[in-house]
Amino acid sequence: MAETTPTAEPTRRDFLFIATGATAAIGVAAVAWPFVAQLAPDAEVIAAGAPIEVDLAPISEGQIVRVFWRDTLIFVRHRTAEEIEQAQETPLSDLPDPEPDSDRVVEGREQWLIVYGNCTHFGCVPLDFQGQYRGWFCPCHGSVFDTSGRIRSGPAPINLPLPPYEFVDDTTIIIGEAA
Amino acid sequence: MSTHSPTYVPKSAGAKWLESRLPIIGLVHSSFVAYPVPRNLNYMWTFGAILMIMLVLQIVTGIVLAMHYTPHADMAFSSVEHIMRNVEYGWLMRYLHANGASMFFVAVYIHMFRGLYYGSYKAPREVLWILGVIILLLMMATAFMGYVLPWGQMSYWGATVITNLFSVIPVVGDTIVTFLWGGYSVGNPTLNRFFSLHYLLPFMIFGVVLLHVWALHVPGNNNPTGIDVKTKKDTVPFHPYMTVKDTFSATLFILVLCWFVFYMPNYMGHADNYVPADPSITPSHIVPEWYFLPFYAILRAIPNALLGVIAMFAAIAVLAFLPWLDTSRVRSGSYRPIFKLFFWLFVVVNLGLGYLGAMPAEGAYVIWARILTILYFAHFFVFLPLLGLLEKPKALPNSISESVLKKSGSGMPQGAAAKPQDA
Repeated sequence: MAETTPTAEPTRRDFLFIATGATAAIGVAAVAWPFVAQLAPDAEVIAAGAPIEVDLAPISEGQIVRVFWRDTLIFVRHRTAEEIEQAQETPLSDLPDPEPDSDRVVEGREQWLIVYGNCTHFGCVPLDFQGQYRGWFCPCHGSVFDTSGRIRSGPAPINLPLPPYEFVDDTTIIIGEAA
Repeated sequence: MSTHSPTYVPKSAGAKWLESRLPIIGLVHSSFVAYPVPRNLNYMWTFGAILMIMLVLQIVTGIVLAMHYTPHADMAFSSVEHIMRNVEYGWLMRYLHANGASMFFVAVYIHMFRGLYYGSYKAPREVLWILGVIILLLMMATAFMGYVLPWGQMSYWGATVITNLFSVIPVVGDTIVTFLWGGYSVGNPTLNRFFSLHYLLPFMIFGVVLLHVWALHVPGNNNPTGIDVKTKKDTVPFHPYMTVKDTFSATLFILVLCWFVFYMPNYMGHADNYVPADPSITPSHIVPEWYFLPFYAILRAIPNALLGVIAMFAAIAVLAFLPWLDTSRVRSGSYRPIFKLFFWLFVVVNLGLGYLGAMPAEGAYVIWARILTILYFAHFFVFLPLLGLLEKPKALPNSISESVLKKSGSGMPQGAAAKPQDA
């Protein structure tokens, strides 16, 4: 290669050099792939993440129940009329992450709020009924959530997200979806 | 490394045979026996040796603990209690390891502040300094993963908060976090991989430490005057002068470690970590180990999650650029009257951030954390660059030996200025 001058026509040696280099690069990537992929959730973890059924009947008004889907905490909150009203009447301009309460519950079943239970800041579990809006208060870094699980103040960037769920009947929901 | 010292000459036939094949005895001799060090090194310079001893202590106790520990989410917590109650001297191994980690950070922070005060990061020691920053990062990663292993409440929630830091990365953040966890939240796969890495990283630290020592032995030690070694009169051989000084200092340091191990072994831990991990309840007040508190305070001081994480990592990364941010050509703070004030301000800022990191994130604490965060970064981006241009340093001595002899000869109070950290 040292004898090859830049102006010279590409030679068979240049071709072999580039082809060898390209093959080696692909080889490195192919070997690296399994070493990265093994970090992903394994088949057992995925299988254990099947949807769950939650019976709402025993949850009384004003109560928050904690369930787990895919090892992730979910709050199921049976809201009181006052809490629903409070969530509905909050002007969107007061919200760091504006979202009307109607987008966060199923129409006609406004008493049921189902949200992920980990603070959207760094994942701590907020304390029930605490904070200025009696929604949740995260003890780790001071995020305050209202009765719709929306961020009101503190470092959390977004509202508590909604897990995928649907009502089977009046007192039963299915949380989750297939992986 | 061996150019400036009396060369090792093997005497016995066996040593000659080995030396001509692998000159390892000669390397050790030139690096740790005949190696010339400035004759004015004070006790602040003994922390390198202390750190080496602490690393070995952590590796030895850690290997023993791994023989009795079970890295499984259902068994980890009780296996730690098994070590404490059933294993012969298991309590000693665990308390040495846990308190050893804390004391490791005590030593490394003193070592770093010594470098900051005496300008040890300046040319020609930039690579030495940057290797030190890499060691610090590896130490932090190792300490964090080690703290997760007992699988108590603080372990679990510490792991949750720290891994979630990566979720703020735009677009790929959530995928990265899932790959860190090996699941949909912190769980058994997370514990397993953290255990694997916690065992690996100390050996990587050991490797970088060897590079650190190598990078030290090319230009040689800095010293309290900050001026270069000029003649042989400025130096003394490492052995016996530094070996004795290091041994004495290390003995005192280990006594302090023993005081913690035997009299207050849980003082630097959190009671919550004696509660098994529970994903449905966060402890009412979660704080990291004390050595992360200043960085934790910076993280919380900033109201935006992404910017908070960036600021926290920047607070460590900025150290790597320090050799180029400090514009002063005078190394030692002893000859920089204004720098000296800002140095101590920086020490206070760090202690203040450490205090605020342990306090709840509300009210006046947040305001103070913001003020101190600004001061922290101002030290690197405003004070240090400007001081080098504006400050008029004091006259430097002509040589190391002159500064030493003048001090001991006339008993002038200059000596006090040379090592104010002893106070």
